[in-house]
Amino acid sequence: MINIVYRLKSPKFFEESIDEVELDGVVVRPTYLSICQADQRYYQGSRPAEVLEEKLPMALIHEGIGEVIYDKTGEFEAGDNVVMIPNTPMGEDVCRANYSYKSKFRGSGFDGFTSDLIKLDSSRVVKIPDDFDPKVSAFIELITVAYQGISKFSELAITPKDALGVWGDGNLGFITALLLKNRFPQSKIIVFGKHLENLNLFSFADEIHQIHNVPDDLVIDHGFECVGSSASQSAIEQIIDLINPQGTINLFGVSEYPIPVNTRMVLEKGLTLQGNSRSEREDFVGVVETLKQNPQLFEYLEKLVTNICEINTLSDLKEAFDKDYISHFGKTILKWNK
Amino acid sequence: MIFAAILAGGIGSRMGGTDTPKQFLTLGNKPVIIHTIEKFVINENIDKIIVLIPKNFINHTNNLINDYIGENDDIIVIEGGETRNDTIMNSIKYIEDNFGIDDESIIITHDSVRPFVTHRIIRDNIDAARKYGACDTVIPATDTIVESVNGETIESIPVRDYYYQGQTPQSFNIKKLFNLINSLTEAETNILTDACKIFTLKDEDVHLVEGEVTNIKITYPYDLKLANTILEDGND
Repeated sequence: MINIVYRLKSPKFFEESIDEVELDGVVVRPTYLSICQADQRYYQGSRPAEVLEEKLPMALIHEGIGEVIYDKTGEFEAGDNVVMIPNTPMGEDVCRANYSYKSKFRGSGFDGFTSDLIKLDSSRVVKIPDDFDPKVSAFIELITVAYQGISKFSELAITPKDALGVWGDGNLGFITALLLKNRFPQSKIIVFGKHLENLNLFSFADEIHQIHNVPDDLVIDHGFECVGSSASQSAIEQIIDLINPQGTINLFGVSEYPIPVNTRMVLEKGLTLQGNSRSEREDFVGVVETLKQNPQLFEYLEKLVTNICEINTLSDLKEAFDKDYISHFGKTILKWNK
Repeated sequence: MIFAAILAGGIGSRMGGTDTPKQFLTLGNKPVIIHTIEKFVINENIDKIIVLIPKNFINHTNNLINDYIGENDDIIVIEGGETRNDTIMNSIKYIEDNFGIDDESIIITHDSVRPFVTHRIIRDNIDAARKYGACDTVIPATDTIVESVNGETIESIPVRDYYYQGQTPQSFNIKKLFNLINSLTEAETNILTDACKIFTLKDEDVHLVEGEVTNIKITYPYDLKLANTILEDGND
């Protein structure tokens, strides 16, 4: 079948292109998509020139839901609402598929979701209930990243989980803190951020602190870094200062630059650093189940929806990216009508 | 019910240099018409797909469908007509004889040589035909339109903002279309090259559906070459 794909040709320039796909998987029509920082870095051209040269043209966006329109395998029915999994394993590996070099990832190496139709293997599609808010569901993928990090953390941590510190008052910090509160209701969730107006939205957290104004006696058992970029350095530094011995530091923030870490104190306190990136099918299934069991989470997650843009043309798509770029908090949701 | 009529009645006289009608030429790794039919096969809202083809190509078309799509009871290949409207009329007659025509049923008519039609365009056609009774897929005109009656000098240059280029699908409430066709005089029938014109001639509204620049019609050898080139480029 012929498919029309909307690719980023060069920074800030989208174009239509034509692709031919076999009808051997699940064909999904995208409905609601969500812009991620990684998409924005391609769009703005802030990735290194050699990366842009290698990866573009490419359709952006790896967060999104859609409607099944055709499934030859019969596993799904036309009209089913589904969340799409961007990670695509290309072979067996000894590690989780989201860390495997054998996996491909949509919107980073192969086409993302901005197209008329998307063909996926049936294992890359998870059904969501019809009553899920589509605007929140659009960024389930981001929620799965926090979910998989927290799942790994709960297996790794050997010391008490009484006080869990989350650094970062952006989208991922919000989601990570919310999921931690939901999973460990007895733990004290303490959020550290720079912007008080953002921190005030974390009403479910037990404590919020601005990073320059932390009480002297405050300690945490485990830390979650959701800051990213060069600011990761000061966040990791503060976590190492405040964390109890043998705690874990769970890293989520992406940085284009190498980040120096005070290894002397890591050694002294016997800390464990765990990296987190992307997610896999079990995380999507887990998040969908968590949202089903805890519908009140939608009420909090809705706060992250700050821009809703209807996309009828490629100019609309450009406008949405520009709008997202100047937003300080929240997610830009694309109601896909192209 | 929702019917799709894939119009492949013509023999592609403008293609030149080949005896094979343009809808059977290869685009990527399949005949053009198969790509087009696939767009309707994957749409679960569509109940039956009627492919209208010159009589001597009916068996060939059935063989291609079997080879590329597999057995499918919802695809029916029948003979097209002399003109575009005759071809549409054949599909309506077939529907009347085999399924009956009710007030709600709609027909999506589409050129067999427009394989780049999108799911979104088909969806919008279904919605508009249901809501308004008739719709045409268009894109805003980009070139300046020049009117010349004698073919030598310009008569007028209309305001471009009011002009669109017609694509397909064109979709209709079948009963409405059927009644309008039957009410045409012979003189009217002779000047009608476009199904939507039947509606406008009878002062019936035709709603606009936004097309896509990619939804090109493969009419000339150049179009097929261009289509194959952009397809190869996209598959890289």
